Amino acid sequence: MTGKLDLDPVLVRRARELARRAGGPVVELARGHTTVSVERAMLRLAGVSGADADGIPWVNRLLDAVVADVGLGHGAALPVFDALAREGIDDVSLLAQKAAAGSVRFRVPSGRDATAARRASRRAVGAGVKRIDRRRAERDRLVKRHGDPKQRPWIYLIVATGDIYEDIPQAQAAARAGADVIAVIRSTGQSLLDYVPEGATREGFAGTYATQENFRLMRAALDESSRELGRYIRLTNYASGLCMPEIATLAGLERLDMMLNDSMYGILFRDINPIRTFVDQRFSRQIHARAGIIINTGEDNYLTTADAVEAAHTVTVSQLLNEYFAHEAGLADSQLGLGHAFEINPDLPESFRLELAHALLARELFPDAPLKWMPPTRHMTGDVFRGNLLDGFFNLVGAMTGQGILLVGMMTEAVVTPWLSDRDIALQNVRYVLNAAGGLHEDFVPAPGGFIRSRASLVLREAVELLERIVDDVHAADPHAPGGGLLNAIADGTFGIMKRPADRGKGLDGVARHEPGYYNPATEILEAGQ
Amino acid sequence: MSGGIIRPYGDTTGDGMVQVSFTLPVPCDKRGEGAALQLAAKMGLDPAMVVHAKQMGEGFTFFVVYGRVNHLVDLSQVVVAERDFPLLSAKEVNALVKRRLRRKLVVVGACIGTDAHTVGIDAILNVKGIAGEKGLEYYRELRVVNLGAQVAVPDLVEAARAEKADAVLVSQVVTQRDAHLHNTREMSAAFREAMPADRRPLLVVGGPRFDERMAGELGVDRIFGRGTTPAEVASYLVHALITNRPQARRAA
Repeated sequence: MTGKLDLDPVLVRRARELARRAGGPVVELARGHTTVSVERAMLRLAGVSGADADGIPWVNRLLDAVVADVGLGHGAALPVFDALAREGIDDVSLLAQKAAAGSVRFRVPSGRDATAARRASRRAVGAGVKRIDRRRAERDRLVKRHGDPKQRPWIYLIVATGDIYEDIPQAQAAARAGADVIAVIRSTGQSLLDYVPEGATREGFAGTYATQENFRLMRAALDESSRELGRYIRLTNYASGLCMPEIATLAGLERLDMMLNDSMYGILFRDINPIRTFVDQRFSRQIHARAGIIINTGEDNYLTTADAVEAAHTVTVSQLLNEYFAHEAGLADSQLGLGHAFEINPDLPESFRLELAHALLARELFPDAPLKWMPPTRHMTGDVFRGNLLDGFFNLVGAMTGQGILLVGMMTEAVVTPWLSDRDIALQNVRYVLNAAGGLHEDFVPAPGGFIRSRASLVLREAVELLERIVDDVHAADPHAPGGGLLNAIADGTFGIMKRPADRGKGLDGVARHEPGYYNPATEILEAGQ
Repeated sequence: MSGGIIRPYGDTTGDGMVQVSFTLPVPCDKRGEGAALQLAAKMGLDPAMVVHAKQMGEGFTFFVVYGRVNHLVDLSQVVVAERDFPLLSAKEVNALVKRRLRRKLVVVGACIGTDAHTVGIDAILNVKGIAGEKGLEYYRELRVVNLGAQVAVPDLVEAARAEKADAVLVSQVVTQRDAHLHNTREMSAAFREAMPADRRPLLVVGGPRFDERMAGELGVDRIFGRGTTPAEVASYLVHALITNRPQARRAA
């Protein structure tokens, strides 16, 4: 604790303890289930790649065939590696093609066949995990060679043209203009696709599809920029939606550096089934932990739907839950880009002091996490001049409270997708503030008993109260319902106004409880490595 | 508003002063500035002053230009395309539904046919919404049932009946050989067949390829085109189902 707010350490400990109690039953639930995307991620690590003539990935065709023959609950590893042995081939992609053609039948092996399949699958998946390890070591080398950005926060900029070949020069130009982190925003709707598209893509809706090839192309381009600029430029994408585990895996294989990965975003904002989300999320975070990827959580979204003052404590609660789930999955504090945002109505008296209080609270609660500070969107009206001023104040809060990652706000938010000049003006705004006040966090200590300290304490107390309600939210009808109070709270609409029951939502049919003997070599390797 | 000739106002009546900014794909030098002045002149700015020029990356320059515009505005010639219903805030929509309908207004949404692109329906329905504006799920007094993609028309009719839908929203994004028109006609015919006119939900379709004037021809109550926001849809629903009900039903 850096101690600028003099937070009550008993209350802080209590908040973490409650987050653990709320999250624990959900982790138990996740440990006992698998999903189609978790199994496909495992198969991708084992080497399945490519897509059929219709663009459906072979990994989907293979898993569909396995599920049709033996169901999902045993996991795909044993049936697939048993079939490989019986067919006498060692190329999993070839097996996928045969399975798609209907010329392979799957079974759940037993006895010595099971032992052999277990060993073979572990070897194949182990090779995939080693590739991720090599990419992580490569990042460490490149960061050492080119260096990290000289300043904190790191400057994070979004590109989104829909065409990867258009994104590349834009991303390189943004890096030259000062961006330290480039995020390629995804095509709208990708989160609801139950497969990962293949290849380089040139058409997207308000964003560019996340594909392995697009990842590779952009990472290579930014490696070029890193060399040119003498600082390592990081690349961000989105591990969310129905294919979260697979996209996390592809990100690890292609050395992406940050991934958007929130524990509840898909449930609340995309109506994805809660169990599907928590199972997928745990696996994807285990991959991120292994790959050295910094996750970015999505608390800013709470503030775009609810009032940023009234709902300030829901951000804190979500950060605490995200932290618990992240630690459980093996992520280090330095990998937790916990999110929060500058979304208080600027017409409210003392709005800037409130923003400072909230931002500093996050900073003090998570002293070792590279917090992700998100710009105003909700109160950007189209008045670009006022918007530029608001972004300046947002940047100032970032500098005064020592934020780790600063997403550059655009004065044309809600008007157009950023123009070249919008981005230039926005970066100029950031540079001015960081240059003029970059070290202000050293001097800025709110007065004891003053407005900022009182506000921060109040938000923390409200967060603890909400966590208490979540932990106690046990349904009278079924006090032993799996998932515990958190799933009930989600079902009851505690977060935002969305009611998301555990037996509803998209992707539920891709979830299965583990059968006895379930085996997933990826989980085994990732958990052993923690 | 009628009559009157006006000009932009800088600091004196009739001075015609405007300020514009733009980017040209030229380096920042004398020649670039000349290019900016030429554009300003063609836009009707005379005299024009380049007050700021800044190079951005390789070969692009951002200009801020002030100048006197020689165009006149004739207020008698101003034509405004009016929306035929008032745009309401979420609060106003909720209040009207609560006070006048006295129950939740039920909206069933889907993509029909083979269209798997839920971008449109999700932008309108999901809480996440679009461009910073929340979707209909965010409205407390609306109950939203989003059936998702590739919903068969009979299933949609059945769901609308089971949910007692007040309105059915259908999105068609990707279309070939006018499939969106065909699908919409099939959908409206199915509802006409399955329910009497006074029990039928309000039928609303949306998508970038539709012509908003074709509602009658396609047998639906309303068509929304590209760039429609959730608030427009919510406002229309309140207008058609609550504040202007008889007239809206006649249109159906």
